[in-house]
Amino acid sequence: MSLDQLSGQLLVGLINGSFYALLALGLSIIFGLLGIVNIAQGAFYMAGAYFSWLLLQAFGVNYWAALVLAPLAVALLGVALERTIIFRVYGPDHMSGLLLTLGLLLIIQGLFVYIFGANARPYPVPEELRGGWDLSFVFLPKYRVWTVAISIFVCLTTWFVIEKTSLGRTLRAANENPVLTRAFGVNVPALMTFGFGFGVALAGFAGVLAAPLYTVSPLMGADLIIIVFAIVVVGGLGSILGAVITSLSLGIVEGFTKVFYPQGSHMVIFVIMILVLLVKPAGLLGRER
Amino acid sequence: MTEPLVEIANLQAHYGSSHVLHGVNLTVGKGEIATIIGRNGAGKTTTLRAIMGILGKRNGSIRIRGEETIKAQSERIARLGVGYVPEERGIFASLSVADNLLLPPVVAQGGMSIEDIHALFPNLRERSRSPGTKLSGGEQQMLAIARVLRTGASILLLDEPTEGLAPAIVQRIRSAIEAVRQRGQTILLVEQNLRFALRLADRHYVMENGRVVDVIARAEVAQKMDCLQRYLGV
Repeated sequence: MSLDQLSGQLLVGLINGSFYALLALGLSIIFGLLGIVNIAQGAFYMAGAYFSWLLLQAFGVNYWAALVLAPLAVALLGVALERTIIFRVYGPDHMSGLLLTLGLLLIIQGLFVYIFGANARPYPVPEELRGGWDLSFVFLPKYRVWTVAISIFVCLTTWFVIEKTSLGRTLRAANENPVLTRAFGVNVPALMTFGFGFGVALAGFAGVLAAPLYTVSPLMGADLIIIVFAIVVVGGLGSILGAVITSLSLGIVEGFTKVFYPQGSHMVIFVIMILVLLVKPAGLLGRER
Repeated sequence: MTEPLVEIANLQAHYGSSHVLHGVNLTVGKGEIATIIGRNGAGKTTTLRAIMGILGKRNGSIRIRGEETIKAQSERIARLGVGYVPEERGIFASLSVADNLLLPPVVAQGGMSIEDIHALFPNLRERSRSPGTKLSGGEQQMLAIARVLRTGASILLLDEPTEGLAPAIVQRIRSAIEAVRQRGQTILLVEQNLRFALRLADRHYVMENGRVVDVIARAEVAQKMDCLQRYLGV
């Protein structure tokens, strides 16, 4: 076992953890505000990657602009779906929301396969982020470091907005008691639409970050979303900080498992999920609902 | 009566399939304090919820400042200057005392400043960083009232503000409501505590089985005392 290998997997773990964190954060916000378990989050991640690829291919829009435009496009798609379809399943029964968004995931994936084919599309690493730093014990590719840094930055900013600003105060109140929050004059339905748009935009943002690392393909979100769900269950559904911390740590655990017991790396997160569910059914940082 | 701010005519309301309000008629004039009194289950809280627009099915007419709101969404009604202090107080556990106070958006000019509110309820200043639901019942009630004083709402709906509180706290809530009246705000108060209601209100609407069965003005209270006690079953 070399230090090289370990630090290499630590970085891989952190990168996966960053993608998990952005997706899990979006899921937590959407579940907290709308009570919808949004399985379609994986499709919005994939759509973010495709939009950035399309922007580059069709309009020559570069990575940096895509980093803003693609999540915006994903948010618009999300808002359109929320206003036309998803709002119909609000209520105490989470199962309808889960089934509906599972259906949406399959339809959106199917549409992308139909339009673009199932082939993976390469997306170039932006010029500024090519190459890396050689720290003698480990080689740090710039793009990977950037991915981890910007993800953590976006997650922390989101957390800050929710915990420390007046918008966040209203979001938390609407989350806890939507009826009373409305009776104070807050347009809660508009806030829910905004929350859904923002939650899926986070997934779209992760998709843009992922495009140069992996290739862009219609099914890229389907595998990821299952792992992200396990992570959200471990962290506690609805807990913002729990989602972020659990994502990064489980990403690292998964990375190290690849070094020590490669066969187990695909299931280690699920094993941890089962253990957590046995001991603390509300998740490590979640509250009982 | 002064210029009417809240006019309710033939209000009908349902909870699911049960018909709970059977034609409520009630008017509150500007700057008045009116109470709705009656036994448990008479429809007092439901009437406030209907005014606030948080009941699914309403019929009849509710005019606030002359505007018909029977079909309006709750947030629209709040924006007409209606401040709601719900039963059970509705303090948010996920917000601090300060955040609870700052949550309701300002709906009109002329609301109290945070300093004025802290002067009225000094406890809220001391506890401003605690989670809202860590306050005592009395402090939570003060917070629930203070919350709508900041917004500039000129019509306040108070649902049993003295419920379960010690006499000393009830006294403080009463002086707070009197201070609010001095500011010219209009109050519709649901109250089971008859002594509290009698000392404050200009008029009492007595409810039974989802209807207003009697209206007693302040001047008539003394001669109708027997009647009042019979209505409340005390």
